[in-house]
Amino acid sequence: MGYKFTTEEFNRLLSDLKKQYRVYAPVLLKGKGRFSDTDVVGYGEIQNIDDVIFTQKSYFSPKEIFYPISETMFYFTEDEYREPKVESKEIIVFLRSCDINAVERLDKIMLENGKEPDYYYHRLRSKVKFIKIDCPTSFDSCFCVSMGTNYTDNYSASIHSDNNGLYLCDVKEDINGLFSSYGTFAEFKPLFVEENDFSVEVPEDINLATIAEHDLWQEYSSRCVACGRCNTSCPTCSCFTVQDIFYEDNPKCGERRRVWASCQIDGFTDMAGGHSFRKDKGQRMRFKVMHKINDFKKRFGMHMCVGCGRCDDVCPEYISFSRCVNKVSAAVQGVNNDG
Amino acid sequence: MSINTKKVMKNAWRITKDRNLTCLRIRVPGGHLPVKFFPLIQEIADQYGNGTVHITTRQGFEVPGIPFSKMEEINAKIAPIIDELEVKNDVDINKSEKGYPAAGTRNVSSCIGNRVCPQAVFDTTSLARDIEKTIYPNDPHVKIAVTGCPNDCIKAHMQDIGVIGQVEPVYDRTRCIACQACVNNCAKVSTGALTFSNYKVKRDSKRCIGCGECVLKCPTGAWTRGEQHYRLVIMGRTGKKNPRIARTFMEWADRGAVLKICSNLYGYIDKYIDRTLPKEHVGYIVDRTGFNVFKEEVLKDVTLSSKTKVVDYINFGGYENR
Ligand code: SF4
Ligand code: SF4
Ligand code: SF4
Ligand code: SF4
Ligand code: SF4
Repeated sequence: MGYKFTTEEFNRLLSDLKKQYRVYAPVLLKGKGRFSDTDVVGYGEIQNIDDVIFTQKSYFSPKEIFYPISETMFYFTEDEYREPKVESKEIIVFLRSCDINAVERLDKIMLENGKEPDYYYHRLRSKVKFIKIDCPTSFDSCFCVSMGTNYTDNYSASIHSDNNGLYLCDVKEDINGLFSSYGTFAEFKPLFVEENDFSVEVPEDINLATIAEHDLWQEYSSRCVACGRCNTSCPTCSCFTVQDIFYEDNPKCGERRRVWASCQIDGFTDMAGGHSFRKDKGQRMRFKVMHKINDFKKRFGMHMCVGCGRCDDVCPEYISFSRCVNKVSAAVQGVNNDG
Repeated sequence: MSINTKKVMKNAWRITKDRNLTCLRIRVPGGHLPVKFFPLIQEIADQYGNGTVHITTRQGFEVPGIPFSKMEEINAKIAPIIDELEVKNDVDINKSEKGYPAAGTRNVSSCIGNRVCPQAVFDTTSLARDIEKTIYPNDPHVKIAVTGCPNDCIKAHMQDIGVIGQVEPVYDRTRCIACQACVNNCAKVSTGALTFSNYKVKRDSKRCIGCGECVLKCPTGAWTRGEQHYRLVIMGRTGKKNPRIARTFMEWADRGAVLKICSNLYGYIDKYIDRTLPKEHVGYIVDRTGFNVFKEEVLKDVTLSSKTKVVDYINFGGYENR
């Protein structure tokens, strides 16, 4: 069901929603860019619809809202432990089609991978509803069409601006009846991109042994600086490590946290005894790429990578994951390709 | 030929080794010049000079080989440059068609800063222009330069006052993934101000020089840029007598304090300069009066924030008469 809203109407809807939900969206973080006097688009709570950045892709992905970068699992003393209080409010996230598809990937790993769903992930994830930001056109590095993630119907409502001051929402779940009460009925279709500037050919039937030996990985050994941005900006990376912290002034008390981990960063594969079995950055790249476009699908029937292109956007060394995938494709086909 | 050399030099023209020829000097505060002025500079060099320009270390142009008789004509021609780079920037010049009204206080130069350089913690050109507005036109021989980070590409350490950008890094522990990139990097390329304990990072604010390297390295945005500050280094100089590198006078100063100190420097010079000499460079005045007199004079009416640190004393090694 389609509804249109003036800015004012949508803001009234938002303020009603905010009584029950925390509402997150891509917002402009002023002066918080890496370089001085630059801004960055990241996720934050919004007060009104003008806070939402529709015209740029967010640098960081929405996953940090329901899968925190650093999360205290419990506090412990000598003989007992206690979980931190969890916020009672539910969560609404504004995000794009690729990102909704990405959450479905995270759900697979966190909820369907082991015997039990991941307790901490489930706790927050079950509170989340989606508002899909429509993409009228694709951004520079997007390749969602190649990954089939340009489309989704997994949302409560979609939203785009008609460029005449109205917001158009395709509503699948009329949360608390708010959409129908503040909006006016309208005929339109939610927007999805049908084409990206760049397309990626994901190879099938990869002979892992041959590809592992292939010299295409070598260039990344010298180009990659192991900063981990490609992981920390990726909406589907799910690895974490567990940290036990013993408080300095009372080492008998402490807390256990879990914190995102990155397979490109030094130390990811470090094991007790000081071995580290993927020191070479080209090999780390191989591991990451293969995981995103091969291994995951074997297990879950869909590729892990959703083609959001953030890993390309954020790499300080201008390494392109999507170009790399095409190189793998070419290698699989036995074609020489030096692009 | 009768020429008042003092007047000529004050008007930013040079006395050169060729008795009949002078050399035009053009100042470019902050080192950033709209290219629309290149044709004008070219025209002057071609028509009046010898078809060349010299690019100076202070980021000005010198146009050599110009007959003294053409000075007035050329002064009128360069008025658009003076209008745009000085008058429009509120520099107090009322007859731009008469050329530059002073040359003793040198062009305020700056590294390229954050208009291009990723290391830069601020827009150097903009501060250089504000300083220009504060101190020019003026006769005392003073050199000030502005640099975007402690790499000091403009050589702020060779100036009477060198301004070095500082940014206060702000840490959001909830975004930190304990990769230690910031810690290792600060130790390697900067001051080792960061330590890692209990999987989180601590910054020793006494050690930190505000270079912003930690912000550049952090993959999650746990480090971001906080308040903008400046470090002032003073009394660096080249020259025949006792050349030396500038020393830190103040850290974590704000923009207002920087500008006020630059302006106070002129009050100090006026009070203590040795007028029996044809000119006395400010560094040598400080050698005579001693650091404490200088400090008292330049800090007059300066409001320092609670973060600002001023050194107690600098032992420059005194006035060496050799
Ligand atoms: S691998 Fe890159 S393109 Fe794929 S989901 Fe992650 S960030 Fe997006
Ligand atoms: S963002 Fe680029 S340089 Fe950093 S780890 Fe990833 S591929 Fe390597
Ligand atoms: S001093 Fe710093 S900011 Fe300026 S050009 Fe050098 S590195 Fe860049
Ligand atoms: S600003 Fe520079 S000196 Fe200060 S903590 Fe960061 S890297 Fe270290
Ligand atoms: S670089 Fe960032 S994420 Fe890594 S340890 Fe430092 S603050 Fe934490």
